[in-house]
Amino acid sequence: MVHRFEIHAASGHVDPVGESLARTLRQFDPDQAPTRVDHASVYLIKGDLSATQLDLIGRELLSDPVTERFELGASGQPSSASTIEVHPLPGVTDPAAESVQLAIKAILDLDVEVRTGDRFDLYGIDSASARALIESTCANPVVHDVHETPYVPQSFPHGTVRTFDVREVPLIGLGDSALESLSREAHLFLDLNEMKAIQTYYASAGREPREIELETLAQTWSEHCVHKTLKATIDYREVGSSSEVSIVESASSRPHHVAGASGVVRIENLLKATVAAATFELIDEGIDWCLSVFVDNAGIIAFDDHHAVCFKVETHNHPSAIEPYGGAATGIGGCIRDIMGTGLAARPIAATDVFCVARPDVAEVPTGCLHPSRVLRQVVAGVRDYGNRMGIPTVNGAVWFDDKYVGNPLVYCGCLGVMPRDAVEGSPQFGDRIIVIGGRTGRDGIHGATFSSAELTDSHADEFSHAVQIGNPIVEKAALDAILVMRDERGGCLFSAITDCGAGGFSSAVGEMGEQIGARVTLETAPLKYAGLTPTETWISEAQERMVLSVPAHNLERLAEICEEYQVEFSDIGEFGTENRELILLHEEQEIGRLPMEFLHDGVPMPTREAIWDPEWARETYHQIDVSKPSLSSEIAAGGTLLDETKLLLSHPNIASKAWIIRQYDHEVQGGSVVKPLVGPGEGGPSDAAVVRPILESSTGLAIGNGLATGLATEPYLMGLAAIDECVRNLVCVGADPERIAILDNFCWPGCDDPHWLGSLVRAAEACYDGAKAYRTPFISGKDSLNNQFTTESGDRIRIPPTLLISGMGIVEDSERSVTMDLKSKGNVLLLVGFTRHHLGGSHYAAVAGLVQGDLPRVDLVEGPRNARAVASVIREGLVHSAHDVSDGGLLVAVAEMAFAGDLGVQLDLNQVPVEDDVDQVERAFSETPSRYLLEISPKKLSAVRKLLGDAPSAVIGKIKDSGKLELVNNIDPCSCSLESLRIAWATGCNQAFGEDS
Amino acid sequence: MTVRALVITAPGINCDLELAHAFREAGALVDTLPLLRLVRHPGLVDGFKLIGLPGGFSYGDDIAAGRVLATLMRKHLYAPFKECIERGCPIIAPCNGFQVAVQAGLLPGPYAGMNWPEEPTPPNLSLSINLEASFRDCWTPMEVPDNSRCIWTKGIDFSGPAGMLPCAHGEGRFVTSDPMLNHLDEAGQVALRYQEGFNFNGSSRRIAGICDQSGLVLGLMPHPERFTRWSQHPAWTRLDPELRTQAPPGLAMFRNAVEHARAVTV
Repeated sequence: MVHRFEIHAASGHVDPVGESLARTLRQFDPDQAPTRVDHASVYLIKGDLSATQLDLIGRELLSDPVTERFELGASGQPSSASTIEVHPLPGVTDPAAESVQLAIKAILDLDVEVRTGDRFDLYGIDSASARALIESTCANPVVHDVHETPYVPQSFPHGTVRTFDVREVPLIGLGDSALESLSREAHLFLDLNEMKAIQTYYASAGREPREIELETLAQTWSEHCVHKTLKATIDYREVGSSSEVSIVESASSRPHHVAGASGVVRIENLLKATVAAATFELIDEGIDWCLSVFVDNAGIIAFDDHHAVCFKVETHNHPSAIEPYGGAATGIGGCIRDIMGTGLAARPIAATDVFCVARPDVAEVPTGCLHPSRVLRQVVAGVRDYGNRMGIPTVNGAVWFDDKYVGNPLVYCGCLGVMPRDAVEGSPQFGDRIIVIGGRTGRDGIHGATFSSAELTDSHADEFSHAVQIGNPIVEKAALDAILVMRDERGGCLFSAITDCGAGGFSSAVGEMGEQIGARVTLETAPLKYAGLTPTETWISEAQERMVLSVPAHNLERLAEICEEYQVEFSDIGEFGTENRELILLHEEQEIGRLPMEFLHDGVPMPTREAIWDPEWARETYHQIDVSKPSLSSEIAAGGTLLDETKLLLSHPNIASKAWIIRQYDHEVQGGSVVKPLVGPGEGGPSDAAVVRPILESSTGLAIGNGLATGLATEPYLMGLAAIDECVRNLVCVGADPERIAILDNFCWPGCDDPHWLGSLVRAAEACYDGAKAYRTPFISGKDSLNNQFTTESGDRIRIPPTLLISGMGIVEDSERSVTMDLKSKGNVLLLVGFTRHHLGGSHYAAVAGLVQGDLPRVDLVEGPRNARAVASVIREGLVHSAHDVSDGGLLVAVAEMAFAGDLGVQLDLNQVPVEDDVDQVERAFSETPSRYLLEISPKKLSAVRKLLGDAPSAVIGKIKDSGKLELVNNIDPCSCSLESLRIAWATGCNQAFGEDS
Repeated sequence: MTVRALVITAPGINCDLELAHAFREAGALVDTLPLLRLVRHPGLVDGFKLIGLPGGFSYGDDIAAGRVLATLMRKHLYAPFKECIERGCPIIAPCNGFQVAVQAGLLPGPYAGMNWPEEPTPPNLSLSINLEASFRDCWTPMEVPDNSRCIWTKGIDFSGPAGMLPCAHGEGRFVTSDPMLNHLDEAGQVALRYQEGFNFNGSSRRIAGICDQSGLVLGLMPHPERFTRWSQHPAWTRLDPELRTQAPPGLAMFRNAVEHARAVTV
């Protein structure tokens, strides 16, 4: 029978969960909110348990004897309250239930089945409103069942066991339209050319494909796994008014670019011709610290003589759109597994997160989309709960707001790891066992790889809910602990290769590992979460927390001991190495699939795609200014000062404090933090980048930062350069050596079906090449997500702005010399390095003021790297007390941040700002010209600093005073304001919209 | 004379590296062992002069923080731990370790003059969900009550800008009955408090850590093991260089314990 336990706050004790929900609901809508919310945890336990055992479970395991009380059965419903219960749907991962099962086994030696839930009693509102409120805040039909009375089941539903037979899919005789509909109906998401390539292969093999073979091909050939667009051959041309930077004109100097007739440039493999080309050319030019680039789960660079560090950034956009909590959590979980599966396993040392969402006051949220404030809150909670539990400090991130992200929020999760230098490479050996470590396989997450390559529609939430998962980080942590013990085993690493099960599940992991030698898999040997999976489902399931290792048979005994002691499950599902380099899939000794590795990995046709760049089209298609919104220009025109405008900019959600997010992440765990996300005496200033010490015994540091310039989306070439420059600036400001910075690219594009969008992607990729070469910052890894458009009920498409995230890491020779951005002492001066130009276009000022005109900032590829190196040389000499890059919002925003972070006033003279021509006051104050740095210098050291800066233009623009004010002097309108007013604008700008306390 | 410290891990424990490092920085030799090995060989505990129960999310903390690990410890390791304390072995239990220690019968321990009971007593204090019902990471100014018996925090000055420790938890609100609060206060078993105005989790009487009556067993929500080097301080770039010639408070705590363990051994 099923026993129901409820755990309530004991009388006289507070109920923080209920109270917190009540607060949130009041912030949403005070009129509809309940007067009070009571929360109880619900445990449903199926098993033969005596009264004594039930009492023991309730008292010792489920409730706290001081603050809680337990009740057996469903407690009565208060007359003035509506009860709503939220339970995970059958099959959805339920970590609390797994804990209870484990504990009951440990205490009573009994096997029971457990499910959990939450009960909310909402006072003063009716059941229907209560349900609606719960569904809009903490329940999602994709993963939850919602009940309007206490849920007291008699038994638990179980999956039905399906009979399995090897099904052949008739394909050879199909015509084009039949092939296309087969692709769509079977959720293969392969295009006609690809379906035809498969047809040709099977025609020559003389048989029809089996279901599992088609699924394997679809996973392996998905955009998510092969990056078909970025690796395609592209015919690119430029039309309309000539671009500032022409790829056609510079084609002859670009690798793998061939200028053809009538202005068409053929680019063979866009990724290889741009991002990767820059890296390989830099390596040829002498950069010797790149240890592994583009081939592994993460890029690896040298850290010191004994250690290497690796970095990977993933996106998890589509799952996060449908179930933000689970989507973000499994996003970071998957990226952590990438690090665990790099080389012969790295130890994760830090995480990053960057989110792009619609503004919380977005005019309309289309059917099928969740409200952006819910998306952001739950995405943060997902990263928090997974990252914190894994013990990985989340140290750097950003949030970018744009209403076009309403249907496709972007969730970038990054993870860095450290490993011994001799663990950088691994490869499976013929005869190695295929060992799976970690979680069991379930039906969850089936079709994730193909789903992420498709576009979202309003019906996707229903159709693809099984692609969304809830993770269980503790399983992954136990697997990590065990894997590191295996790696560091005294007699040598126990495995010869390792990778994670990500998109595509076993299909991708085993298929990739066995690419060179083949693999034979016995699918019935994979441990399952529950009965009823077909072998095909087992093969392609993307269930979380699984790692695949290639292990010599003689190491299995020791591996088993370690797994047992670290409480992690493992299984032996086959062998690497087959006679003809094939993938052979068996189920209970019956062959159910066989594919040559060569066709699987090299058979995907790479079509030639047309790309067009038309600046006019770009301007018309994507305006960064939404003119329908009330602009603040009227307010500015009504006599505000530059400082009033500065406050408006400080409260822009992109710029305003993200403390409410940062504080939820454990950014200190592992003890390596040197420069934290918030700095200054009251931790009230935004860091440019983080610095951590991966090796606690050493003072060598690693700086982690990012660059994102989505405001320039109308010209992706300029956007790409700006993002690289920003990333470098951020890293240099905390003390990274610009000669030791490696970067990563993450393209999120609205779609590349239209040649114009593909043209814009090409330009961003070209910027990556030009930027990386100029800054000498090799790309070491990257990822793309190219279908981020949402089709509404009425058929309209909402496309995200083209978004390129540049993430970077840089070596900090001596972390004790790191610099933070908070002003340190009165009497020092503020030096601005770099020219300020007429760059109001695409700026936050332009957005706030409703300007549509203005030049977009263009990085000068000579000045940018020069300024970065000049600034780094001054920091290296210990002459800089604080440093901050001039970035989103422009100069006054940067100065204000330094001032309130350090609690010191500044007297600023905009006339001193280095310029080349007649740059006006507003431009000096708010232009977002790249390559600029603010440095706090002692006046005594000015000449030494100037000498080190060399050709880089610089000028003293302000004095640091103990005045508590920011003052603009020698201005047409001299003005001043208190640091406190600036601080409040910054501290509350992003919090209020999300109902967070400041 | 070298002293050996034991750091215990279990699935979900994630502060074992910095805890082991802090012991090492203070002069101890450290072994980190998985819980199950100790469950099978409880005698292993006898070889150590110091013990650390690290922070983390043991077994996921999904029912309540530390509940499952504490259940296993009560059943398998209470007796060897009791013997350790009786022979004078300092034990530190930060964060999840504290949550485990109070539920495993290791804190607050017996009244002065009484012996440790043979079986673990049921918990009589709780580390409950923070009042804001959310995880929070923040450096927090601390103070040590004058009458504290704790050997770990003895003589450590928490006044001034360096007198902080990092906190990072969602369930750290110290709750117990009023008589127990009075007893802990009077018996000198309150080892650490959040300074006035910094009680972010809503703990009774701002209690951040308590010790047993011997002062050896310290459970605390902050993480002293994350403050053994000045560059870990959130505003270290502006601290007085003179101050930075001394040991940071976290390291000083570990040095206290290592010295104590050494003295007991001699």
